[in-house]
Amino acid sequence: MKIYDGKYILIGLLVFGVLVTFPLWFDHGKAVAPADPSIKTPVIEAMMAKHCILPKDRMITEHMKLLNVWRTQVVRYGKTVYVAPGGEKYDMSLETECFRCHSNKAEFCDRCHNYAGLDKATDPYCFSCHVVPGEKNPGAGKVAMVHKESK
Amino acid sequence: MDTSRRDFLKIGGLCALGLSSVEVAEAFAKSQASKYLTNPKAGAAKRWAMAIDVKKCWKAEKKECKDCILACDWAHNVPDIPVKRQEVKWLWNEKYENAFPDQESELEPVEVKEKPFLVLCNQCAHAPCVRVCPTQATFKNDQGITMMDMHRCIGCRYCMAACPYGARSFNWRDPRPYITKINPDYPTRDRGVVEKCDFCVERLAVGKIPACVEACKSKALIFGDLDDPNSDLRKALASRYSIRRKPELGTMPGVYYLM
Repeated sequence: MKIYDGKYILIGLLVFGVLVTFPLWFDHGKAVAPADPSIKTPVIEAMMAKHCILPKDRMITEHMKLLNVWRTQVVRYGKTVYVAPGGEKYDMSLETECFRCHSNKAEFCDRCHNYAGLDKATDPYCFSCHVVPGEKNPGAGKVAMVHKESK
Repeated sequence: MDTSRRDFLKIGGLCALGLSSVEVAEAFAKSQASKYLTNPKAGAAKRWAMAIDVKKCWKAEKKECKDCILACDWAHNVPDIPVKRQEVKWLWNEKYENAFPDQESELEPVEVKEKPFLVLCNQCAHAPCVRVCPTQATFKNDQGITMMDMHRCIGCRYCMAACPYGARSFNWRDPRPYITKINPDYPTRDRGVVEKCDFCVERLAVGKIPACVEACKSKALIFGDLDDPNSDLRKALASRYSIRRKPELGTMPGVYYLM
């Protein structure tokens, strides 16, 4: 069998194959550190039986969907209490419910998000509005004063 | 294999029933699995509204009282942006001529002309902002509050053009650097969304009254259900003459000024 311009075609195919499989062999054999999100926070440590709102595997895969449903229920329908399948009641709020236990965003949320490649500051962008516990903010003044008075 | 039309339809019907029963079972399981409830302490009303006792407010204003405004700003992480045209305002003071431009006679008492009027979103029954919003990011909830759904706002600012009271503010920039102390229980906003007063819907949902009403020491702010004839609000409106901002526009504002 004769291939016309076989030399160029085969070289081209070889180059194509190398480029397409580049992501596979480039990272091959390299160990990637596990995400290892930490649940060592005072509130979780103090729990007798450690459990989240849903079972762990569902929280890993579905927490973003759960949060979206919570958002709709709270904002659009004025419902603020979530009754989990087990019957426990939760306040549907990232600030006052999720962060109550998971007060360590850097060691919990960020570790998994970075592992999954969501490491840009804007992606996921939940935290450009929702306040992370212990987050610092520049400035001080009138509002801070009022807060002190109202306490 | 020969299949009569009759048999074909029978089998087809059975298949359709089988497939749909899966959906029904799933939907049923879902409704059993988790539920969403309102907080039992949540305040109930057909239409929340507010009356501002202007005389009481002015009395406190002599001592430069700004408790309500500061409480509101703190509660909702309202930024203090120095550029006037980029200000974000939920509750603020306005002069009579600006708050009530069509009511001006030029011969009002000096006090009325010069003293500040507290202004906020009027939570209109016929809210123009709600009518124009292309994404339904702003909408009326079942308690008469004109709500903002920040996740849905695309920042087109139609609502700002529609609002006759200038009660809406656009976030021209990231507000975080302009918030002196962040309230950790309430989100801030991001660049590119519109915000306004929502009668502290998050506080009403847990049985509290709005932050400004709670903060007012001279009890100049009266909050209640406009549809309940026995509410403090209705009693106040029945006993004192009150005005509303631009009522001639037919927006049915829910903020009354007791004169």
